[in-house]
Amino acid sequence: MYIAFQRVMRSGWEKFVRDKSSSSAALFVMVIVMSVATMLFFLQGASSFMIVSLEESVDISTYLKNTATQEEITLLKEELESLPEVREVTYVLREEALESFVELHKEDEVILESLEIVGQNPLLASLNIKAFSVNQYIAISEFLQNKSLASIISGVDYFDRAPVINRLSTLTAGIQNAVFLITLFAGLIAILVVFNTIRLTIYSSRDEIEIMRLVGASNWFIRGPFIIQGVIVGVLATLITTLVFFPLTLFVGIKLQAFAPGFELFSYFANNLLLIVFLQLLTGIGLGVVSSLLALRRYLKV
Amino acid sequence: MIQFEKVSKIYPPNSVAVQDVSFTISQGEFISLVGKSGAGKSTLLELFLREEFPSEGRVLFQGDDVHLIKDSLVPEFRRKVGAVFQDYKLLPNKTAYENIAYIMEVMGAGEEDIVRDVSEVLEIVGLIERAHHYPAQLSGGEKQRVAIARALIHRPDVIIADEPTGNLDPYHTRDIINLLIKINELGTTIMLATHNKEVINRLGKRVITLDGGRLMRDEEKGKFMI
Repeated sequence: MYIAFQRVMRSGWEKFVRDKSSSSAALFVMVIVMSVATMLFFLQGASSFMIVSLEESVDISTYLKNTATQEEITLLKEELESLPEVREVTYVLREEALESFVELHKEDEVILESLEIVGQNPLLASLNIKAFSVNQYIAISEFLQNKSLASIISGVDYFDRAPVINRLSTLTAGIQNAVFLITLFAGLIAILVVFNTIRLTIYSSRDEIEIMRLVGASNWFIRGPFIIQGVIVGVLATLITTLVFFPLTLFVGIKLQAFAPGFELFSYFANNLLLIVFLQLLTGIGLGVVSSLLALRRYLKV
Repeated sequence: MIQFEKVSKIYPPNSVAVQDVSFTISQGEFISLVGKSGAGKSTLLELFLREEFPSEGRVLFQGDDVHLIKDSLVPEFRRKVGAVFQDYKLLPNKTAYENIAYIMEVMGAGEEDIVRDVSEVLEIVGLIERAHHYPAQLSGGEKQRVAIARALIHRPDVIIADEPTGNLDPYHTRDIINLLIKINELGTTIMLATHNKEVINRLGKRVITLDGGRLMRDEEKGKFMI
């Protein structure tokens, strides 16, 4: 058994080295497919980053009446934090609200003068609420509409911001769907390209397979070298793709900053290197082996 | 040892390759199947190798119907047979040495046995100097000698040779036939399919003549008569 395995391994390696045309064709196609798969991985990463950035920019505020006591505010904050939709609640004091307001409108003399005329802080304290996802704000605002809270809540700005939030929600869902469809479509094409390339290389070996059958080689003794060749192609393609993507992500990452500020492609690649290499190996070896087995089936009928 | 019992092979819809052929081959015999192209010589060999299934009749080898052998045991059956073909059927990416060694590897022989036996058989076919050449680097005669060495290496009970001299000049033809005679003298049964008149007449052994898929003559010391 061990000696047969050893011979199959050696035969697979010899096949890879000596059958240069089919090995290089398979290697070339596999590198292309792995590059596509890696780019799809980046696309997923970039779209997730974009969605998170968009969602980060959204929150709702609930304004608290001046009569609300500290205990009531703390209780409401805790209740909000216990909601499954809520990610973070920040309590903004009236003074902090005024400071931010002044800072925001420091260039606008009319507003600043109006504030002076009012003579006192006209702003209310508030609780700023961030949800895990943009489509959860409606549930949170419904909770805040509860009559029992009417004594402490002056208003919720969800209804003013609802159109923007809804548009963002549609946009993020659209991005997710588009990325899913692109991944599915490109992935399917990649699988078909690899399968057909391997089918062609095995088709060109059909006479060889027939000879092996005629001299009494068992099906596994025939399949073995093709599978090993597929594994070698998968491993080498992973190595080449990874080496190509190091400088590529560094160069493209700099250009990408203009379109997606904050998304550092090279760091994303370096941080996920192990996962990417694992996925590439899985794609390369898996596709190589499965395609070889499927393509070999028709030539191995006794 | 080998029996063809009322064997017919008809390809759909009604192309007759072999019809109602019966004959028996004993251990150690050298028989020649002769006939024009399309007479059914190669079909009989393919039926024996279980590459084809008969439409009627049966083919027995050492008492067993070769077409009733389980699929998983077919490789084992084929290892009892050595095969030589007109187009050599050598593995293009293996050297002469590796082509011959392949069958021993398939059978699970040890490395030492392989080195010893392959060198010995390369000596017999006179190709020791060309051992590490690929088929593309060998002449037609040399390729056929490698094919014979491969058919011989595992000491099969029977060697079938389908037009082994079809692509060779008279000098190499004589060379190959002499090798087959030598192998037969060592006790291996030989089934040779050919339409080479000189080869048959020189052999002076049993000749089975086929025509249009039917057995026309079966003579102990036959001549080429079509």
